[in-house]
Amino acid sequence: MGSTSPTGQNVDLARLDAVFDKYKDMAKGSLIPVLQAAQDTYGYLPIKALDAIAKQLAIPISQIYGVVTFYAQFRLSPRGKHIIRSCQGTACHVRNSARILESLKTALGIAPGGTTEDLQFTLETVACIGCCSLAPVMMIDTDAHGRLRPDRVPKILDSYSN
Amino acid sequence: MSTENLTRLKSADDLEAMKNEALPKIAIRKDPSAPLHGGVTHHIMICCDTGCASSGARKIVDAFEADLKEKGLDKTVDVVVIGCHGFCEMGPLIVVYPDDVYYVHLKPEDIPEIVEETVRGGRPVERFLYHDRETLKPIVHYKEIEFYARQKRILLTNCGHINPESVTEYIANDGYKALAKALSQKDNTDALLEEVKKSGLRGRGGGGFPTGRKWELCRNAPGDKKYIICNADEGDPGAFMDRSLMEGDPHRLLEGMIIGGLIIGADEGYIYCRAEYPYAIRRLRIAIAQAEALGLLGNDILGSGWSFHLHIKEGAGAFVCGEETALIHSIEGKRGMPTARPPFPAISGLWEKPTNNNNVETWANIPGIIRNGGDWYASFGTQGSKGTKVFALTGKVRNTGLAEVPMGITMREVIFNIAGGIQNDKKFKAVQIGGPSGGCLPESMIDRPVDYESLIDAGAMMGSGGLVVVDEDTCMVDLARFFLSFTRDESCGKCTPCREGSTRMLNILTAICQGKGKPGDIELLEELARNIKLSSLCGLGQTCPNPILSTIRYFRHEYEAHIYEKKCPAGQCVDLMTYWIDTEKCIGCGACKKICPVSAIDGNKKEPHVIDVMKCIKCGSCIEACKKAHAISRK
Repeated sequence: MGSTSPTGQNVDLARLDAVFDKYKDMAKGSLIPVLQAAQDTYGYLPIKALDAIAKQLAIPISQIYGVVTFYAQFRLSPRGKHIIRSCQGTACHVRNSARILESLKTALGIAPGGTTEDLQFTLETVACIGCCSLAPVMMIDTDAHGRLRPDRVPKILDSYSN
Repeated sequence: MSTENLTRLKSADDLEAMKNEALPKIAIRKDPSAPLHGGVTHHIMICCDTGCASSGARKIVDAFEADLKEKGLDKTVDVVVIGCHGFCEMGPLIVVYPDDVYYVHLKPEDIPEIVEETVRGGRPVERFLYHDRETLKPIVHYKEIEFYARQKRILLTNCGHINPESVTEYIANDGYKALAKALSQKDNTDALLEEVKKSGLRGRGGGGFPTGRKWELCRNAPGDKKYIICNADEGDPGAFMDRSLMEGDPHRLLEGMIIGGLIIGADEGYIYCRAEYPYAIRRLRIAIAQAEALGLLGNDILGSGWSFHLHIKEGAGAFVCGEETALIHSIEGKRGMPTARPPFPAISGLWEKPTNNNNVETWANIPGIIRNGGDWYASFGTQGSKGTKVFALTGKVRNTGLAEVPMGITMREVIFNIAGGIQNDKKFKAVQIGGPSGGCLPESMIDRPVDYESLIDAGAMMGSGGLVVVDEDTCMVDLARFFLSFTRDESCGKCTPCREGSTRMLNILTAICQGKGKPGDIELLEELARNIKLSSLCGLGQTCPNPILSTIRYFRHEYEAHIYEKKCPAGQCVDLMTYWIDTEKCIGCGACKKICPVSAIDGNKKEPHVIDVMKCIKCGSCIEACKKAHAISRK
């Protein structure tokens, strides 16, 4: 797991103003879009930001925490610059996605859910990204990489590190 | 084309005029002898669906643009980015009009030759054409390829054939004509509903509930405010037809929903799309903005005085949100957990208002039905299952991709003719239909016609139409374990049978795969599965035992081999196999020793090597490395 602790971070709450502004006209059901936008802003959901969202939307923090922990998309700790999602869907599974995940773990030195120490990469698994015809697949940020072979993984990762 | 100049259409006549104006622009795609429009001689259609994009299609677009510019052809040749053309296995793929030449597996360095030969010279380049697998002959026109020829495309007609970011191209292909027709009868929506009922269309998300009847329930529900929802949370691993439809023909979905809103009496709709589909969301946003600019969506649609608004909600990653009550709670901003029915969403759904929910494929079928009539749609398919179904072909088949076929076709035809049979000349073992809620069918069951009832009867279900084909190398117990680990993770935890039951079944399956299975485990699994099916709150729990029940039904011998003989017949369960080197075959090249990640292989050069079974992690790298002697095997 990444070494950075989610607490004790300096969170610039002013950055949330743009988020609140964008959804101010949405009468109801704005919690999830606000959380998604806040996560886009910070890369994760700092507890302090959740407090601010609770105040702004007048929703109890307990309820917000319940929503955040329910959905796979939300993160309470910082993530890397690039998000790698290794697909473990059915089509990928029968085409040996387990070995792709192994080579990702070896290349990055982290387990799924973890972030590299330099905060470059976060490794996640995903149940399906809908590129089943090119299995096994992984997605880095919004790029899908298909027909993977374990030995090709490091080269793909190299193209993302700078 | 977000650069399109769009002026508001005030009537059906305006729409017709826009269509007539747009037709000449795409004429050369339909008729090679059509007069040129704006001096454009060629259209190069490049599939940039997520699948082809990951095969490098974007680089093909760049290469064409650069080469055409260099040759001074950029004003006369249009490069058109299209959505899924269907044959993902062949990506990146393109179609060049007016000659209708189909090229596959392209690389950026191939492009100058295509521009020179095909665009300038009017000749196909043979080596980039698709070659028939048996006759080895090149095929110029994609329609003649068996993969396409056996399909019946009435829903995917535009998918892969128009620029999905151009509403003009959609309108040129009769887009929004069904909406105009529906609006002309807006005071007699009974007749419109009758067409939907007559079509026999059933929910394409899995359940197969008759769409017209579902709409009627919501339409007749008391209340002024009603909602419609499009479930675009395609969570079934192995299914991607909804994504392809949204990326390839987004206006068709919008048109279907707008018509649905009119018939049901809803003035607001939501598209709930999973966040894992960024391009689909982007295309939908563009499409919504275009439809609003043209007055096809929003207030006073086509000057009819009727208004309908559409919003996109991005899902946040929870499979259970495919269940409609859970999805509704998610739109409301809550945890996506299902609630007991009744009340049904048709009576009390989103924000306690009557709500109708259908999936992408269902909504997208509506424009065709309204335009051509319910009888037309019902002329395809079988007695109980009308129309066509789009299947996602994946797993160990040669031709992966998207195929639309009439209901009633046999699974054998889909797998062996359209999907081209099994890769690497392996043997077919089973096809998993309907994702984690579906079941596995063996060879003995694939000659039945595909429809809702026959699949349920066989122990599977239509689901959203994902077909994952597995060969002799796939262990069916491991496959069942895989599905259970998915449903266990995705169980929302609200009801005990699903939460605890899926965990218990997974534990038993994992133990069997590890060689720790006990006599009685199969019977215990069957008993648990039956109880969980009967007592779970929502579809996720009620269907999660299906993969177990169907694999036990058809592949019981594999379970027994794991439990009683501690053997995995497919050689896939890592704990039940060992790797060994045949000392008579080994030539001592050292390739395996070099690649072994845990240094478990030892031996001197040119002498037989040995594997230390205590160190071996059974990764299989050595088998692949031993190319010269084929001396390594697992047993």
